[in-house]
Amino acid sequence: MAKIATREAYGKALMECVRTNPNIVVLDADLSGSTKSGSVKKVNPDIFFNMGIAEGNMMSVAAGLAASGKIAFASSFAMFAAGRAYEQIRNSIAYPALNVKICASHAGISVGEDGASHQCIEDIALMRVIPNMRVLQPADAVEAEQMIPEVVKMEGPVYVRMSRLATEQVHDENYKFVPGKVDVIHEGKDILIFASGLEVNEAKLACDELRKEGIDPTLVNVHTIKPLDEEGVVELAKKHKHIITVEEHSVIGGLGSAIAECLIKNYPTSVTMMGVQDTFAESGKPNELFKKYELDSTAIIKKVQEVYGNDKVER
Amino acid sequence: MYTKEELMQHATNIRKNIIKMVTNAKSGHPGGSLSSADILTTLYFNVMDIHSDNVNSLDRDRFVLSKGHASPLLYAVLKEKGLLEEDLLSFRMIDSNLQGHPNMNYVAGVDMSTGSLGQGISAAVGMAIANKLDKNDHRIYALMGDGESQEGQVWEAAMAAAHYKLDNLCAVLDYNELQIDGSVHDVMDPAPLDEKFQAFGWHVIEIDGHNYDEIANAFEEAKNVKGKPTLIFAHTIKGKGVSFMENNANWHGVAPTPEQCEAALKELGGE
Ligand SMILES: Cc1ncc(C[n+]2csc(CCOP(=O)(O)OP(=O)(O)O)c2C)c(N)n1
Ligand SMILES: [Mg+2]
Repeated sequence: MAKIATREAYGKALMECVRTNPNIVVLDADLSGSTKSGSVKKVNPDIFFNMGIAEGNMMSVAAGLAASGKIAFASSFAMFAAGRAYEQIRNSIAYPALNVKICASHAGISVGEDGASHQCIEDIALMRVIPNMRVLQPADAVEAEQMIPEVVKMEGPVYVRMSRLATEQVHDENYKFVPGKVDVIHEGKDILIFASGLEVNEAKLACDELRKEGIDPTLVNVHTIKPLDEEGVVELAKKHKHIITVEEHSVIGGLGSAIAECLIKNYPTSVTMMGVQDTFAESGKPNELFKKYELDSTAIIKKVQEVYGNDKVER
Repeated sequence: MYTKEELMQHATNIRKNIIKMVTNAKSGHPGGSLSSADILTTLYFNVMDIHSDNVNSLDRDRFVLSKGHASPLLYAVLKEKGLLEEDLLSFRMIDSNLQGHPNMNYVAGVDMSTGSLGQGISAAVGMAIANKLDKNDHRIYALMGDGESQEGQVWEAAMAAAHYKLDNLCAVLDYNELQIDGSVHDVMDPAPLDEKFQAFGWHVIEIDGHNYDEIANAFEEAKNVKGKPTLIFAHTIKGKGVSFMENNANWHGVAPTPEQCEAALKELGGE
């Protein structure tokens, strides 16, 4: 299948939603071509509002629209949506539990050449900590396209984290996105990998290689980081000796933290966290950055071998 | 002091380097780099007190590229001035100091890390206040985009600069009337920007941002304004110097192909 970015799928899905739901309005902050929110103009230009380079204002305006009965989609890069407009999201959107869907693109280091100022590796942490906020991240375009109509149906604030980079599809056309439930991509044994976003594909590539070596990890796509499918996570954890989390986000406060918080309450066990290790990244090609910051399939293979190797010694 | 002809030659070299860097990186922002090239060339060659002996010191004039995406321009100006060691073609490459958006800790002569619009002008206000406190007579310069002026923070900075009577601060607004999604007037009209800054208590000088006499006179006039900050409101052409890029929003953040690069360099006078 062709490589497609999740933001592309967002634009496509949002067009469909706007076509069938007259209650949706869409806002952007001078990035509507990049986030793909601008695609809705082809369906109905009257419901699209470019707010200019003014993300804070955009979020509170979206809140006002939602307070007047609209379902407001607001898009920008993750850095300027979750980052620049953080307090507006917290106080204007989440506190009153308004129906604003923050659909951010260009998350993580796969932004590439623009560099650290544009590579948001903190947004899951920032959004997850806000009461009433849901945090979703599709693994590929197939999932993103199914996720957006479900987001329309959800009551209250939602943050959807998407990517700039076009990547391989993890899922085939038979995939059925189930809101709120972890997506088990492959059921193996011994080692359990929880991944989210673009890291699902990297982990999948890693697992394909590892199986050739006789290591068969279970791979789980966590598309809904909040509220986390605690039951699903604990059930899977009980069946495995080792757990690795991998995400294109800081190891502080993201998927790894969410999984660890869940397990420490329900089934205490150790968790190895892969992600950006509390550092700013830099300019470079996405694949070079994934390599340097140890988020590519090679790094995952190494980490699994390490964890698995230690296990053999223990036994 | 450099003559107008010398400045124009430097600006041409800088424009060529912008095109080469962005082409080589296959990404970056040519349009807004080209539109401010004449202003920044004048500023660094004839206005600011900055040279290799003082580049690492606070005891010199400083500049904040508030529109941080115009980093190719800043790097090319520093190179042309002989202040930059880095290979310009390492721009946006992994392990390079020439980040997509400038990082003040990686490059001597980059005075503030920028890239998130609206924040650089506030940092410039902070630097101007610090200079007042330290009785440092050096001046603070900043360059903003017109799309950038849509950020509320720009107006918070404008208010603070006038409130603290920062006559040591001179900001330039690159009024090329384009941003990413199109014309600034269609996306979110910020006009009339001159009157808005005046109402915020600034001294405003309106110029043609490609006319070297007007640029030089404006910086000179700003030095003599007392009790208020100055805004140089510069009418410019986005993509200036490369005809197929001029006045076209599509060239905001797109790299030329090798063929387009060649055509652009030819138009700028060979190589
Ligand atoms: C806070 C923030 N929001 C969005 C962006 C993405 N962005 C980069 S450049 C740009 C348009 C800038 O337009 P303008 O200020 O007019 O710059 P110029 O035309 O001089 O290049 C945008 C929206 C950003 N860098 N920072
Ligand atoms: Mg502009």
